[in-house]
Amino acid sequence: MSNQIVGVVGAGVMGIGVAHCLAQAGHRVILLDTSDDILKHARAEIIKNMRLQRLFQKAKDQESIDNVVERITFTTDYAPFADVDFVIENVTEKWEIKKKVHVQLDAICPAHCVFAVNTSAISITRVAGVTKRAAQVIGMHFMNPVPMKPLVEVIRGYHTSEATIATAKALLASMDKECVVVNDMPGFVSNRVLMLTVNEAVFLVQDQVATAAEVDKIFKSCFGHKMGPLETADLIGLDTILYSIEMLYESYNDSKYRPCPLLKKMVDAGLHGRKNGQGFYSYQ
Amino acid sequence: MDIRTITRAFLAKFFQNLDLQDDQDIFAMGFVNSLFAMQLVLFVESEFGISVENEDLDIDNFKSINAIVNLVERKAETHIGA
Repeated sequence: MSNQIVGVVGAGVMGIGVAHCLAQAGHRVILLDTSDDILKHARAEIIKNMRLQRLFQKAKDQESIDNVVERITFTTDYAPFADVDFVIENVTEKWEIKKKVHVQLDAICPAHCVFAVNTSAISITRVAGVTKRAAQVIGMHFMNPVPMKPLVEVIRGYHTSEATIATAKALLASMDKECVVVNDMPGFVSNRVLMLTVNEAVFLVQDQVATAAEVDKIFKSCFGHKMGPLETADLIGLDTILYSIEMLYESYNDSKYRPCPLLKKMVDAGLHGRKNGQGFYSYQ
Repeated sequence: MDIRTITRAFLAKFFQNLDLQDDQDIFAMGFVNSLFAMQLVLFVESEFGISVENEDLDIDNFKSINAIVNLVERKAETHIGA
């Protein structure tokens, strides 16, 4: 795919990773967020992550990091989005916020532009419904850290066209990412299975069937997982896990997604996992 | 203090209860992560006033006390020479 201009909305952890990969692939990137402070921090993080990546890379990239970062324009203004070919939106996983951003994007972006919604939870079909280009809206569930993860879960909304899927696949291929295209249902594939697995693992600890370390060890040693479900939960954040499982419960109204009381209790007690030093394991 | 002593003192904060040898590979020991690697790069840059460029961003340059001393000496020479 020839180099394109890609708009990236949201310069949080995911947006930073996406902008990093796009710039490295040779695309021009317009990275948008709400404040200059956030953008300044994003720029520093991208440089730090690129340096870290090179530290462990055996085949060195020839291009200097300065040159790669030069391809990213940091802005708080939607105006440059009038020239973008593709948008990857990574704003907070709240419907009202996503909705507002997509209405704005739809008004300013050129007619041929495809919108990719980076989400682990929000319905792609619902986002498409607030735009006048439903066939050109697609889901891209990137995994964290974006530069390290080779696969993206791509979601086909109700109206998403084959041409849009092909465009999205080509862009991801240029970033050295593979994808699996799935249909739009809450939780898609990854979160629907992962959240249920984590929740059940928390039940095992609550019911004193096994300790967290024992549960994780079984997954690692017997099934070859790199991390067990409870280590994964600590990494993602127990508050995020609770939020996700509650979202699935609301979406399906199926009792199998009821959050484990121990999970709720830990979140209430402020045990959020790695990010604040204590979850199923201690990180102090 | 010389480069070796300063580097050793910095690493001692991370490897308490361990007598780190000059040529010991700290990444091969398995209990440091990528975050530590970046801290190490930032330490070398700020402490010795050098800038670790693209071609030197290689974990081999940071894997032991000897490797770090070599890198800093080499960079300092280039700096004087330039």
